[in-house]
Amino acid sequence: MNNSVAIKTSCYHCGDACEEDQIQFDDKSFCCSGCKTVYEILSENDLCNYYDLESNPGISQSNKGSGLFDYLENAEVKQQVLDFADEQQEKVTLFIPNIHCSSCIWLLEHLDRLAPQVIHSNVNFTQRKLNVHYKTDGFSLKQLAELLHRVGYGPVINLESQEDAEQVNQADKKLWVKLGVAGFCFGNVMLLSFPEYLGLSELEKEYQSIFRWISALMSVPVVFYAASDYFISAFKSLRQRFINIDVPIALGIITLFLRSFYEVAASVGSGYFDSLVSLIFFLLIGKWFQHKTYRNLSFDRDYKSYFPLAVLRKKDDAIDAVMVKDIKKGDELIIRNTEVVPADAILIDKDASVDYSFVTGESAPVAKVKGDLIYAGGRLVGKQAHFIAQKDVSQSYLTSLWNDQAFEKERKSKRLIDQVSQYFTLIIMLVATGSAVYWQQVDPSKTWLVFTAVLIVACPCALALATPFTWGSVLRVFSRNQFYLKNADIIEDLQKIDTIVFDKTGTITETASQDLEFVGEPLTVEEQQMVNLAVASSTHPLSRKVKQSLIAADSNYALEEFEEHSGKGVYAVVSGVEVKLGSASFVGAEKSTEAESSEVFLSIGGRVRGGFLIKNTYRKGFKELVSQLASTFKLSVLSGDNEAEKARLESLLPAGTPIHFKQSPHNKLQSVKELQSQSANVMMMGDGLNDAGALKQSNVGVAVTEDISMFSPASDAIMHANAFGSLSKLMALAKQAKWVVIASFGISFIYNIGGLSFAVAGWLTPLFAAILMPLSSISVVLFTTLIINWLGKRKGL
Amino acid sequence: MSVIVILIITSIVVAVVFLAAFLWSVKSGQYDDTYSPSVRMLFDDKNKKSDGAESDSEVDQKV
Repeated sequence: MNNSVAIKTSCYHCGDACEEDQIQFDDKSFCCSGCKTVYEILSENDLCNYYDLESNPGISQSNKGSGLFDYLENAEVKQQVLDFADEQQEKVTLFIPNIHCSSCIWLLEHLDRLAPQVIHSNVNFTQRKLNVHYKTDGFSLKQLAELLHRVGYGPVINLESQEDAEQVNQADKKLWVKLGVAGFCFGNVMLLSFPEYLGLSELEKEYQSIFRWISALMSVPVVFYAASDYFISAFKSLRQRFINIDVPIALGIITLFLRSFYEVAASVGSGYFDSLVSLIFFLLIGKWFQHKTYRNLSFDRDYKSYFPLAVLRKKDDAIDAVMVKDIKKGDELIIRNTEVVPADAILIDKDASVDYSFVTGESAPVAKVKGDLIYAGGRLVGKQAHFIAQKDVSQSYLTSLWNDQAFEKERKSKRLIDQVSQYFTLIIMLVATGSAVYWQQVDPSKTWLVFTAVLIVACPCALALATPFTWGSVLRVFSRNQFYLKNADIIEDLQKIDTIVFDKTGTITETASQDLEFVGEPLTVEEQQMVNLAVASSTHPLSRKVKQSLIAADSNYALEEFEEHSGKGVYAVVSGVEVKLGSASFVGAEKSTEAESSEVFLSIGGRVRGGFLIKNTYRKGFKELVSQLASTFKLSVLSGDNEAEKARLESLLPAGTPIHFKQSPHNKLQSVKELQSQSANVMMMGDGLNDAGALKQSNVGVAVTEDISMFSPASDAIMHANAFGSLSKLMALAKQAKWVVIASFGISFIYNIGGLSFAVAGWLTPLFAAILMPLSSISVVLFTTLIINWLGKRKGL
Repeated sequence: MSVIVILIITSIVVAVVFLAAFLWSVKSGQYDDTYSPSVRMLFDDKNKKSDGAESDSEVDQKV
């Protein structure tokens, strides 16, 4: 490899690094023909402004498919997807996950240049949605979807994206309204409280009760509308005999409100309406921040997301696409490669192989023969097959499986905040009753005042804000580094991790197809198609890699026989010709001597044609990463391959790291279980393909992927391959975040203890409470956000 | 006495108007997407056919 000159060129369109096979066009470099095509389309239509707004704004085009949107021609599918339709025009809202910068907005809002039938298109960036209004003469929804897909903005259409989005939107609007109402009342009550703080002269005393009553009225919508969520949550948790953080908040709010109302009504004092509304206003701001952070990470696990919207149904020799929900018992379905069987069905083809990783977490494909029942949720691997549906989708086994709570990963510990709040509430109640009893002896007139004052000042708003703000900041830093967690609870799991298990292929090695090389007699187009068909049914990572490098087979070829011998290779008969791929001994070739690569030998029609050399490239910075990690974590490596790589892997890993070869998905799961039985908290890093079971079993399962839109349902987090090198920094940040939370708990405790001592002593004034409470919340929020960002910056994240 | 009461009522009425304006803006979807409008206004849309066509036709109607 001494002839390659190390010049890094990045693709003009998508910014990916261009490898040897880069394409030069118009004095610009492109990483693949897909990116070049997009550039051509854009430049022909005078849309090169796209490249002026941001550099390399495009989406990599290296993975393409065709016929993806055929089902959009089905009238029922269209009806469900479209917002509006008449004879001349249609309106549609599409979810496009690839929208990521201002150039995207610009291009998608100028769709009329690419398709003159488009009347108007409008992007909602926050929700990654595109509204399109178009004329239907010579244009259709399918063509629109294909056009978008061609320029790299393929819409994602599934049942889920049509149902839930509305609800989220409504909840969001409600919070804005509550925030508005609380803010309005907050400002006015504060203003009306000024005379109270500054003191009124005897002459002005007559206004006092007017001011107080207006404040009291203002606080009613805040308590009963803006803060209603806290009461509902507290009520629900009490009904389940569990005290969550909302219980003391609700208790504080209601005591404050009742007491203030009593004081005003009995003209004994001014009440605490100023502290009450400011407290609720600041709590809602915290909630809004939390929502905003979490929405950016919406990571739906709803089973419907994994279902194709429509499947092919064969009826009276005609094949058409039908809605999944319309599948009836007895329908004949055609399931293509990687599609999910939507309902329990019987196979009517001779054989097929089905992967149940989605249901059981085990990814080994199961061979099925004619007459076998395939359960819903199985994913077809390999050649397409015909099925007869046995049940309607709604009743299927799968639906009940996902609705089952037990399927969710069990939480081994209560959340930190819930643990603290339990003690917090208990201590506050004790202090409140204790001081009430004391004052009963000393000065009975103060008893009631002190009791409520303790509850008011101890209202754990700063405590409630500390965790969401810290976790929110951590999630932001993580996602900036392309490490996406399913939810904030995963951070607490990450902090407990002491053992990291790596899967080898696809996780610590790169899967880019550039590392594959065919050595031997060059293959003709026909032979490539045949080999492609032969490996299509295999899920082995090497088979997938070989398949990627070959021309896709057309319908002239049929797979007649297929056998996969684990650890050896694949035997297939394609249109009467025998194709064998695998190890040297299996194929009958001579073993080559190069140790740093896996080799897949190929024979066609009994004649050895050569081999695919697949160089295992370890991810950049892997060695540095493991040496950093080794100081804090126990490491181990699991590999499904043979031991050819052992020496090289050992040189990369710190001495004594366990490396296990020839691990099946089941072995991987067992290894994780075994570590856990030795009371280790295991983080599993895998590709999510053949280690889904291990990912699910581990305390934190991380799917390392080069394409973020693809992920395994079993994973707790997704990591883009680019972020792999910064894993140790990310882990260190997660661990430090715990100390940040504890420190901010400390700050809020100091405030609370200060406030409590004043309250217990009977000196708590409304002014004091009004200043103390928001101040403690604001300082905690600022402290956590700033310190997490500073820690991230210092680590170079 | 009366002046202060009138002032308070006036100030609250004005504030209620602003609150109503805010609630209307939330209901009408102005908070659904707070990013794209800020970018959209910076686009150089002199070539945008649909915009041009729309404004042309408006002019035509007025004439």
